[in-house]
Amino acid sequence: MYSKKVIEHFTHPHNQGAIDNPDGVGIVGNPVCGDLMKIYLKIKKDKKRGEYIQDVKFETLGCASAIATSSMITDLAKGKTLTEAKKISREDVADALEGLPPIKMHCSNLAVDGLREAIEDYEKKK
Amino acid sequence: MRVKFTHNQNKLTLPETCGSGETPEPAIGIMKKIYLDHAATTPVDKKVLKAMLPYFSRVFGNAMSLHSFGQEAVKATEKARRQTADFFGCDSDEIVFTSGATEANNLAVKGVVKAYCNAWTSDVQERAKTPGGHRMSPLTKPHIITTIFEHHCVLDACKSLEKEKVAEVTYIKPGSDGVIKIEDVEKAIRKNTILVSIMYVNNEIGTVQPIAAIGKMIKARNAKHSMFHVPRLTTLFHTDATQAVNYFECDVDKLGVDLLSMSAHKIYGPKGIGILYIKKNTPIARVQDGGDQENKKRAGTHNVPGIVGLGAALAEVQSEKLKVYPVKSSRSEDAKGVFNRVKELRNYLIKRVLKEIPDTKLNGSKTKRSPNNANFSFANVEGESLLLMLDAEGIAASTGSACSSGSLQPSHVLLSLGIKPEQAHGSLRVTIGKYITKKEIDIFINKLKEIIEQLRKVAGNVLNDYYAK
Repeated sequence: MYSKKVIEHFTHPHNQGAIDNPDGVGIVGNPVCGDLMKIYLKIKKDKKRGEYIQDVKFETLGCASAIATSSMITDLAKGKTLTEAKKISREDVADALEGLPPIKMHCSNLAVDGLREAIEDYEKKK
Repeated sequence: MRVKFTHNQNKLTLPETCGSGETPEPAIGIMKKIYLDHAATTPVDKKVLKAMLPYFSRVFGNAMSLHSFGQEAVKATEKARRQTADFFGCDSDEIVFTSGATEANNLAVKGVVKAYCNAWTSDVQERAKTPGGHRMSPLTKPHIITTIFEHHCVLDACKSLEKEKVAEVTYIKPGSDGVIKIEDVEKAIRKNTILVSIMYVNNEIGTVQPIAAIGKMIKARNAKHSMFHVPRLTTLFHTDATQAVNYFECDVDKLGVDLLSMSAHKIYGPKGIGILYIKKNTPIARVQDGGDQENKKRAGTHNVPGIVGLGAALAEVQSEKLKVYPVKSSRSEDAKGVFNRVKELRNYLIKRVLKEIPDTKLNGSKTKRSPNNANFSFANVEGESLLLMLDAEGIAASTGSACSSGSLQPSHVLLSLGIKPEQAHGSLRVTIGKYITKKEIDIFINKLKEIIEQLRKVAGNVLNDYYAK
């Protein structure tokens, strides 16, 4: 059902946990559909590149693909500028995971939404 | 926990290796799998398989053929029919072989409605022949009573009849203990109720429904109305006994049912075969057209090896005395022995899990449940993740019904008990079988503890944060 990559990220997620005093936080999903995701961001400013994601972590209550996409989005977003990070699409996440079952595509949507919400949260607070 | 996928190396425990209760230690590096999903399906018993084998290529005749090849096949199917009839305490010609419980349930629900509509049509035609007869009353739409937590094959059969506007349906809710109240069924009966269909044992939470008591109530109502000549339709009673056959009373007279479905693969028999018991003179029309098989009630070439396997599996259940008689048992202590062994193991499992894993709940009644079923909700854990983590450790359990695994919706059974969606998502069904050992249960619980701890760590505080948002 799931690709090897999904299982890999599900069983050994990257960047899992919380960040103390995060610069931005995004909480997406809902308990009825079963997946909830929280993305934490630490943002740093660089003279040349502008603002970029220095650190990103996640906490997820959800199915295997929800956990795997959370893990993958942190990998994809880490080190990217905010402009670059906002461009990450749900297809990018699914492709990096070597595909997701069609019924689970909404989960990767969720990871992208979580990241974008966390960036917005940061930008609002600025 | 470090998970490595070693599925291809895994050895599946076969009944013959663990029937003695002693399982050989697996070689180093090979993970022995543990199967805790007996409500989904069971392995075919060695004896059953042996009985079936001649009927694939040596005795291959079509049971409807008149020649000797056909006669040999028919001899086998009729023997199995007798074994089946013996088990359910009915006559051989009251057994209709189907492809499984799903087909049997569809035949029961749709066939009863179809027979009712057919009878009305012929009545109209008959009356139209006499002067003024065509002015008869219009067709009363038949009414069906079922439960909201039936298996999807009954639910969807009812829903499709509703959608086609040929029947009205009432869906009864269970109590929070997962048991249907007889009063609720009685209150729902109307003048036009032609069928009550209630499962014997719920497939997800294992709760046992008071079938015999409901049967008695329906019979009494039918008798009362006919005595006073109240113009009212006879209400038929159907039960889906798929999850009950291994452990509960299945004598159709004692249950007071007109129709009963079951399938072989839940009782250590083959897949693709089941039955519908149809009490003599029950108005039912076939829904699958074709040949004259099964008293013209189910067309299609007989699945001879399957039928033989079903008969053998039922005989095995009977001879192993796995059945238990909930009221008074005239059976030997042996009968209770097997039932109790499974039940004791399951009780041990429930006790340890509830004690050792915090924020855990058992779904469904603790006492009115099948001896092989445990269904838990773990707070702050999602079921599919849990299932896959267990699978990676070589342990097979389930989140709900295997038939609904394609759906993302929380279990309709758990929601019907009034459980919150997030709790329903965090559920795990563990169904043990007759070959499961205490050692396997211990391995499972220890792994379960580790995995839940890990998944709760991954989830952090997100649920509370969501509600605080």
